[in-house]
Amino acid sequence: MRGLRKHRGAILVNLALAVLVLIWLIPSVGLLVSSFRDRFSIQTSGWWSIFPHREWAVVTVIDPREQGLDANAPMDVEGVTGTFEQLREGVEAPDGKRIKWIGNRRIGRIEVQEKQWAVNWGFTLENYRQVLMGKDFEYAHADGTVEIIPGDDFWGAIFNSLAVAIPSTVIPILIAAFAAYGFAWMNFPGRRLLFILVVALLVVPLQVALVPLLSFYKSLELNGTYLAIWLAHTGFGLALATYLLFNYISTLPRETLESAFIDGASHFTIFLRLILPLSVPALASFAIFQFLWVWNDYLVALIFLGGNPNFEVVTMRLAGIVGDRGQDWHLLTAGAFVSMILPLAVFFSLQRYFVRGLLAGSVKG
Amino acid sequence: MASVTYDQVTKRFGDVVAVNNLNLGIQDKEFLVLVGPSGCGKSTALRCLAGLEEISEGQILIGDRVVNDVPPKDRDIAMVFQSYALYPHMSVYDNMAFGLKLRRTPKAEINQRVQEAAKILGIEMLLDRKPKQLSGGQRQRVALGRAIVREPAVFLFDEPLSNLDAKLRVQTRAEITKLHQRLGTTFIYVTHDQVEAMTMADRIAVIRDGILQQSDTPQNLYDYPANVFVAGFIGSPSMNFFDATITGTADEMYIDTGTFRIKVSDSIKARLTDGLGRRVIFGIRPEDIFHPGYVSAGINAVKVESTVDVTELMGNEIFLYLMAGDHSYIARVDPRGHAHTGDKIEMVFNADNIQLFDADAENQPSMLKLG
Repeated sequence: MRGLRKHRGAILVNLALAVLVLIWLIPSVGLLVSSFRDRFSIQTSGWWSIFPHREWAVVTVIDPREQGLDANAPMDVEGVTGTFEQLREGVEAPDGKRIKWIGNRRIGRIEVQEKQWAVNWGFTLENYRQVLMGKDFEYAHADGTVEIIPGDDFWGAIFNSLAVAIPSTVIPILIAAFAAYGFAWMNFPGRRLLFILVVALLVVPLQVALVPLLSFYKSLELNGTYLAIWLAHTGFGLALATYLLFNYISTLPRETLESAFIDGASHFTIFLRLILPLSVPALASFAIFQFLWVWNDYLVALIFLGGNPNFEVVTMRLAGIVGDRGQDWHLLTAGAFVSMILPLAVFFSLQRYFVRGLLAGSVKG
Repeated sequence: MASVTYDQVTKRFGDVVAVNNLNLGIQDKEFLVLVGPSGCGKSTALRCLAGLEEISEGQILIGDRVVNDVPPKDRDIAMVFQSYALYPHMSVYDNMAFGLKLRRTPKAEINQRVQEAAKILGIEMLLDRKPKQLSGGQRQRVALGRAIVREPAVFLFDEPLSNLDAKLRVQTRAEITKLHQRLGTTFIYVTHDQVEAMTMADRIAVIRDGILQQSDTPQNLYDYPANVFVAGFIGSPSMNFFDATITGTADEMYIDTGTFRIKVSDSIKARLTDGLGRRVIFGIRPEDIFHPGYVSAGINAVKVESTVDVTELMGNEIFLYLMAGDHSYIARVDPRGHAHTGDKIEMVFNADNIQLFDADAENQPSMLKLG
């Protein structure tokens, strides 16, 4: 009896979790699906219309002028009666058909529609090709006209983003690991005060630093260079990095370090040979944090690299796709997905450390 | 190979005095055990010697060299910790070789020394493993091995057996003793376990509240404790104490606990000339109390009427928890001396093997101490 109830409880919990996960995933799924639909489909129907559903389909088209109908008075069409306004909205006949006036009063047409099963997929890889290949594409409309669509060179943006994100992740980790070791294991006057100061920097929003930093960079002529954004991200990330790594490094067993001291290791040797290898989980989890944050950052990149079109990063490129061509949804969806691939790869390759790193220090052993 | 000297060493942590004016000389090749209850400062004393703590006052010498300001690595010591303190990401071999590599010892020599140490400790087949793949006992051997390969002048042990199970502890105890004989190096060993101290030490230093109580050979510590604390700390089960008064006359003296009295034998009487009327603490070890049916020959037997409270059968002996009046005490008797809870027994005390401490000066040695 109890076992059964327990079992049922577990099922309920799993079910609830599954529902939550589903809700959480819907926007991304929508984006993914949209990125594989052609331009026309995206603009005319939502991504959910790829599922089989009933929609109105045209059975016959009636020319109102041939029928001698007067659009200024109520009309009788196919067994229904309605004014022009009603017919514009569509009037349903008793047999399930719908009579709809398409177009204006003078040259419009009347469609007799019927509900039919439909799947509007419009599957295509064209979006990705256009985003990644950077060539112009011809797009044939249903009416036979051909539109030339300029493609988008996303690769350049990806390389720029990498050039920003990798050093912006590595530099703060290196500095913070040294600092965390110093704060955790070395005795020097003012250690507590300095550490509190570093942690207190966590509450400073980075926006307040943007303008002073910009004018400072200006005097150094650093604006629009990679070095500028590396230093900015290093500075903004350092407080959190030091704090996280301190929390981990200070929980390493004291006796192991003491043992190394007696074995003849200097602080530097201990740091390189013991602390770094033992802190891999913490380093990896911070690396994920920092990499994702820098990769997804738009504001800092815009301010310090915005002046230089050669250094446009992925987020700026994405914003450009929406801004320059508000109607090119198909490029935005594909571009967004391309920009997600790398963070996903980083996360999944380091995720076992991530889980361990988040738990770091909370559980011994 | 070196002697070690603590010369008026004091270590304070803020207001707390962990080690208080410690004077202790350890000879070359001696096996000294620092023992005391937890928090008594014994580990701190050892860590000061290792250089892991700076001392507040006094000086520490290794050989003839004052090492107060010498960093740990240059003190020519090796230390084994309770938690093993192995390097978790290195193989056993690398754990042992780490210190030698840092000292730029030639590779061939490192290999030779590691192999040799592994052979001594019987861990040759474990050299490629990581510490997490080892059992507790094996880890402690690796920690020992790491100390051995360094060939230090002084070995320091900080409760190295506390994390091992009881059986392994006894076994490793014997191995450390053997290791000491084999290496012929100064060993300084910290423990809270008086059995470890008694079984391994050449000499034991008993510490309490940062103050050295007594340092002597195990036998002397057992026979002639310097004060009530040492008397109670050394020996298991620990010594029984009774509050008592010395009564009677100069010719016929008694130690009177109120419930029973023990006639003072002639040999002891001579040393209690001014003792009459003194309040004393009378101590007797459980092994000097006998079941009436199994009394050793040639003792100065004094009968004490008692009631059995609890019995603990150990196989080779029985611990009897007894009440004499409102005094409770423990006797360690012959396994044939069966008794049951509630039994009334006339226990036999060996009145020749007793300790008497001045009740007003518990820190003074036994009034019966020779010389």
